[in-house]
Amino acid sequence: MSGRVLVGVKRVIDYAVKIRVKPDNSGVVTDGVKHSMNPFCEIAVEEAVKLKEKKLIKEVVAVSCGPQQAQETIRTALAMGADRGIHVEVSGKDYDALGPLQVSKILAALAKKEEAQLIILGKQAIDDDCNQTGQMTAALLDWPQGTFASEVSLEGDKVKVLREIDGGLETIKINTPAVVTADLRLNTPRYATLPNIMKAKKKKIVNVKPADLGVDVTSRLEILRVDDPPQRQAGVKVETVEDLVGKLKEAGRI
Amino acid sequence: MLLRKVSQSSALCGAILRIPPMLSGGQRQAGAVVAVQNARQYASQAAEAVLEKPAAVGTDAATTADKKTAAAESKSFAVNIFKGQIATPQVFPFPSALSEEQEQFLRELVGPVSKFFEEVNDPAKNDTLEKVEDQTMEGLKEMGAFGLQVPADLGGLGLSNTQYARLVEIVGGHDLGVGITLGAHQSIGFKGILLFGNKAQKEKYLPKLATGEHIAAFCLTEPASGSDAASIKTTAVQSSCGKYFTLNGSKIWISNGGLAEIFTVFAKTPMKDPRTGEIKDKITAFVVERSFGGVTHGPPEKKMGIKASNTAEVYFDNVRVPAECVLGEVGGGFKVAMNILNNGRFGMAAALSGTMKSVIAKAVDHAANRTQFGSKIHTYGAIQEKIARMTMLQYVTESMAYMISGNMDSGATEFQIEAAISKIFASEAAWAVTDECIQVTGGMGFMKDTGLERVMRDLRIFRIFEGTNDILRLFVALNGFQNAGNQLKGLQKALKNPLGNAGVLAGELTKRAKRLKAGLGTGLTLQGTVHPDLAQSGELTVKAIEQFGAVIEEQLIKHGKKIIDEQFVLKRVADCAIDLYAMVVVLSRASRSLSQGHASAQHEKMLCETWCMEAYERVMSDIKTLRSSDSRKLFKNLRAISTATVENGGVVAPHPLGF
Repeated sequence: MSGRVLVGVKRVIDYAVKIRVKPDNSGVVTDGVKHSMNPFCEIAVEEAVKLKEKKLIKEVVAVSCGPQQAQETIRTALAMGADRGIHVEVSGKDYDALGPLQVSKILAALAKKEEAQLIILGKQAIDDDCNQTGQMTAALLDWPQGTFASEVSLEGDKVKVLREIDGGLETIKINTPAVVTADLRLNTPRYATLPNIMKAKKKKIVNVKPADLGVDVTSRLEILRVDDPPQRQAGVKVETVEDLVGKLKEAGRI
Repeated sequence: MLLRKVSQSSALCGAILRIPPMLSGGQRQAGAVVAVQNARQYASQAAEAVLEKPAAVGTDAATTADKKTAAAESKSFAVNIFKGQIATPQVFPFPSALSEEQEQFLRELVGPVSKFFEEVNDPAKNDTLEKVEDQTMEGLKEMGAFGLQVPADLGGLGLSNTQYARLVEIVGGHDLGVGITLGAHQSIGFKGILLFGNKAQKEKYLPKLATGEHIAAFCLTEPASGSDAASIKTTAVQSSCGKYFTLNGSKIWISNGGLAEIFTVFAKTPMKDPRTGEIKDKITAFVVERSFGGVTHGPPEKKMGIKASNTAEVYFDNVRVPAECVLGEVGGGFKVAMNILNNGRFGMAAALSGTMKSVIAKAVDHAANRTQFGSKIHTYGAIQEKIARMTMLQYVTESMAYMISGNMDSGATEFQIEAAISKIFASEAAWAVTDECIQVTGGMGFMKDTGLERVMRDLRIFRIFEGTNDILRLFVALNGFQNAGNQLKGLQKALKNPLGNAGVLAGELTKRAKRLKAGLGTGLTLQGTVHPDLAQSGELTVKAIEQFGAVIEEQLIKHGKKIIDEQFVLKRVADCAIDLYAMVVVLSRASRSLSQGHASAQHEKMLCETWCMEAYERVMSDIKTLRSSDSRKLFKNLRAISTATVENGGVVAPHPLGF
């Protein structure tokens, strides 16, 4: 195969940041908070770049949907080895309401426009944990999907995907074009080195609007409230097994 | 006489020699008393004494090269306070030296560098192994960390000083041992090639140095030549054909000495004085490749800290160095050494501000979670004072680092006093902060696994290397005295021709007359420069500068030429200069935060006010000591106690028990 791979990269609040809910419960605080590329997206980029290094594909295109800052995330992908970027600019209210369905529509439109042979996405994002974008994109395109991949190999015009499923592993072979979503164990993403970050400055990022792609990003969902997880109540220490059994009975657990 | 020697010849003090007399009779000046001709003569002689040319090692090349910059009125804040003047261009507003593109690029670099140090580098392991782990070293090379300031077309990242500062701050926050490995390589090891190398030298060496394929080292110190760098004994004798030099000698405590392929070496070369025909030794800088042959090194030294970095002796035995390897001019090595060191000092301040940030986070974490006597310990005043002081010291150091890197990036050439101050301040602040951090964390902090004792050990060397803080204090004071002395000299000239210089004299007399009247200032002000909310701190700073300028002139008049031997005085003068510079950098930074309406502006205002209040008191107390007649007795006592102890080979007083 000598085609093009489209990789989705999402800008999320960094995994090490302690998330704070906005006082009006409309969402979480994002201003002045460190953001970085969703870790599963990093794995997706790494896999695409590896395929390119093995000369199995000829171009890696990184896509991110979001405000101006999404370009930083694309730059990271470029520094890791992607060839060019597409920034689908979505901001303000549209961005706040942007969900898997809207992103899937954008990705599907881009996949057709770019004549991609493979779309690699992270299996889910660490902010909303939706785990839907890959599946929806495949459905919209009517392409086969290999989700939760822990091993990907290209065999002619087919892709063999080792999937992590409940209770074990499943190996499937699907036709291309296809959608693959990356699980944790697919690879260990490389670090963006400083010289590569510098070289990435020369790589192109094209800016498009959802409307240019004929995509309507209106959301059908409304977020009513965002709350902190309930605080864990303090426990008690019991002296003996009898005490423990007694307490559990008291609580009606046994 | 030690000091006279230092001021004449040490690489660390050499910049004194580079500043030629300045005719600044027209400048306003805060002197002490209305001119007395005799006193004036004294003062100007003192200035000359500081300027005296070194006997053994010439720096003519350096002097001429710098004449241009120094002839103009100095824009340096530090230079001017010694004349009781305030020069704001370099300090207000707080410099922002990054272009939009540079800032964007830097933003992209910070993440991956931090991530590398958090996830790959293991400071405890490096410390135990007494070397940087191989995989970390490889990772750093791939990362591009060895060529941060090498131009992009020669394989580096082409970072400005400010960008460099931001990245070494991250390194300093995680592992000072790695910091030294990187710093010895690019901050001093090959900085000479960057600053003074010709096109051929740059193209030959920089690409491999930038990738870390070749490691560099800076070779100045010798067994008998530490602070007095001009006394080096390593020789480089030119062949009769002129095509090469034969290098002989040994260098000690060379960071990266055991790893380096490329060495910047300073050696004495016999040269004929074109005027007298006399043969004199002058220092020349060379780029020496290990592959030239005859270059060997000793085993890695066992050290107190920065163990991960390699330190070794390096020997040069009849090394044949091609003439193309001379860095700068033959005989101009002194200037090369000086500039390398001057240009690198801000990096130390940046790295150590990162160190302080890290240890403060540890102290705060402990203080916020540790309960004693029923409350979290951060609620107790004893701990609060520590945390507040730690925070202030970090704020000052960080402000100095980026003030200086910003000045350098905007093309300032006169920042040697500021750079020296930042090195002194940063190394002492980091030591104090880490010490208090261990105190806050108590027994926990004393345990190896907490990681603070390593930082403490690593930090100790920063007050010693690249110019001990003691020598740098003398450097700061003498440099300042020299400039102040020159101004007096200008005034003296004006006095010889009072009619022709009526304007100059009128200005000076008015100023002095004003100062004589109690309570009347010299007209100096920072109003309109500092943010109105910081007016009070601004006034304190101005008052302190006025008094400082006056005391400098008094001391020049009092000690005349001998000022250079008055180390007790010089130390206190330097302490004042350090505090004054610290006051102005935080005033500048907090003013910026207030005008830009940063979320932290009120907090920064508090840091600034608190710092200025205490610094003002310290400066005034030092000035009081310098002016008081008791100080003569104090200094005399200190001298006598030391002499007796040295003569006795240890403490003199017998044991209180008598045995």
